[in-house]
Amino acid sequence: MQLKANDIGFRYENGPWLFRGVNLCIEPGEVVGIAGPSGRGKTTLCRILSSYETPLEGSVTFNDAPLPDKGYHPVQMVLQHPEKAVNSRWKMHSILNEGYHPDEELLEILGIEQEWLTRWPHELSGGELQRFCVARALGPNTRFLIADEMTTMLDAITQAQIWQAVMEIAQKREMGIIVVTHEAKLMQRLCDRVIEL
Amino acid sequence: MSILEVNHLSVSFKQYTAGLKQSHHKVISDLNVNLEAGEILAVVGASGSGKSLLAHAILGILPANASVSGVMTYEGEELTPARQKALRGKEIALVPQSVNYLDPLMKVGKQVRTSVQTGDAVQAQRRVFERFRLGREVERMYPFQLSGGMARRTLLSTAMVSGAKVIIADEPTPGLDPVVIKEALSHFREFANQGCAVMLITHDIESALQIADKIAVFYAGTTVEIAKAEDFAGQGEAIRHPYSKALWRALPQNDFVPITGSQPHPSALPPGCLFAPRCAMATPECLQAQPEMRPLRDGMVRCIHAT
Repeated sequence: MQLKANDIGFRYENGPWLFRGVNLCIEPGEVVGIAGPSGRGKTTLCRILSSYETPLEGSVTFNDAPLPDKGYHPVQMVLQHPEKAVNSRWKMHSILNEGYHPDEELLEILGIEQEWLTRWPHELSGGELQRFCVARALGPNTRFLIADEMTTMLDAITQAQIWQAVMEIAQKREMGIIVVTHEAKLMQRLCDRVIEL
Repeated sequence: MSILEVNHLSVSFKQYTAGLKQSHHKVISDLNVNLEAGEILAVVGASGSGKSLLAHAILGILPANASVSGVMTYEGEELTPARQKALRGKEIALVPQSVNYLDPLMKVGKQVRTSVQTGDAVQAQRRVFERFRLGREVERMYPFQLSGGMARRTLLSTAMVSGAKVIIADEPTPGLDPVVIKEALSHFREFANQGCAVMLITHDIESALQIADKIAVFYAGTTVEIAKAEDFAGQGEAIRHPYSKALWRALPQNDFVPITGSQPHPSALPPGCLFAPRCAMATPECLQAQPEMRPLRDGMVRCIHAT
């Protein structure tokens, strides 16, 4: 059930290579950090690992096979800005249930209140919205979660709440996590190992 | 001397709930802050606690359905809408939070040049880009071609070249790597040392502590504590308000332990102290009325139990 990147390289159009020959292997239940200066391609790498982008060189494999191109994707990504990741014309319950139906227990662990479900996205704060984005990504078939600056925009208490919930769920399900953050202290707290890009 | 004073500021939004039915959401209530010349004030607090709205209220760029009460003064004179319009971008500059504030159809070099008021705009823009490690090719790019961190450095550059006396920086650091953060923060410090003032809105308490003189802690649209930066140390013994203490303890370098619950929504604020529903120290008196800000140990706190 490993997620593997084999010698991948990427560039936008005819621009310079963002990265080449990147290798990465993550085991289930492992928490791996990706660090590197801004503009180095951390987000692009995450997008490739979750099939939002196709690498120009190399390949990504899940369980030694190519990533599936239909059905539920085993690698789910949570982005930095939740307000850009939800449909502003949908109410929260539709957003939450788009991919699957999260159970009460998950909502409780993540601190999502029933009363929020009938609101529009603009009526929730960034921290509240991000909880929905996390819940949405934690379907029963998610094997790897990519947290790309997931709590960067949130205050310390909300950050600790969300990470505590995610780590608990990951441990229970043997789910692997990739953490992208610039906060060295957070990286230290969460990750088993860190890869420099 | 205070360059900028905000006294008893309240902001509420009018919303239509159904048909012509209106509701008012009070998003900022009874908020007080002062910006002194030569000083950096860090504003920290929960997301959605009204930090950005304070910035927008000072600049007079709140949306049309907002109503504002209270008094704001700049250099001793009241900040009227006309004065806000005349001063913003010139004497008071904003580093906006969202990278969506860049003009998507203008090359970023040109955008930065438009805010230069005196001297050679091209030179000024190139100097500041160099400082923030943005390559020469970046000035000819459009915002969609930039990474998140590059876009944020462009926003910072715009404020830095403006020659303003007050910079209000709304979350300028997320997504930046430590080298660039350090550069931006030292730029703010230099700026303050020249007799200007900086309001640094952030949730990155660690970075804020490196350069700030004072810390204002916000919760649910009001100030709960104003403290010296030195008070945020160790186990947080010197911190006054229970919310500030909880915030300090939740940092990954401290205990990384959150308190439960979430900040109340502006449409359902509790009657007394806004933090009481989540506070371990809460007593029946806390539910009576919202406590006033009071001086305590060289700082200010809005809590009847704080010692």
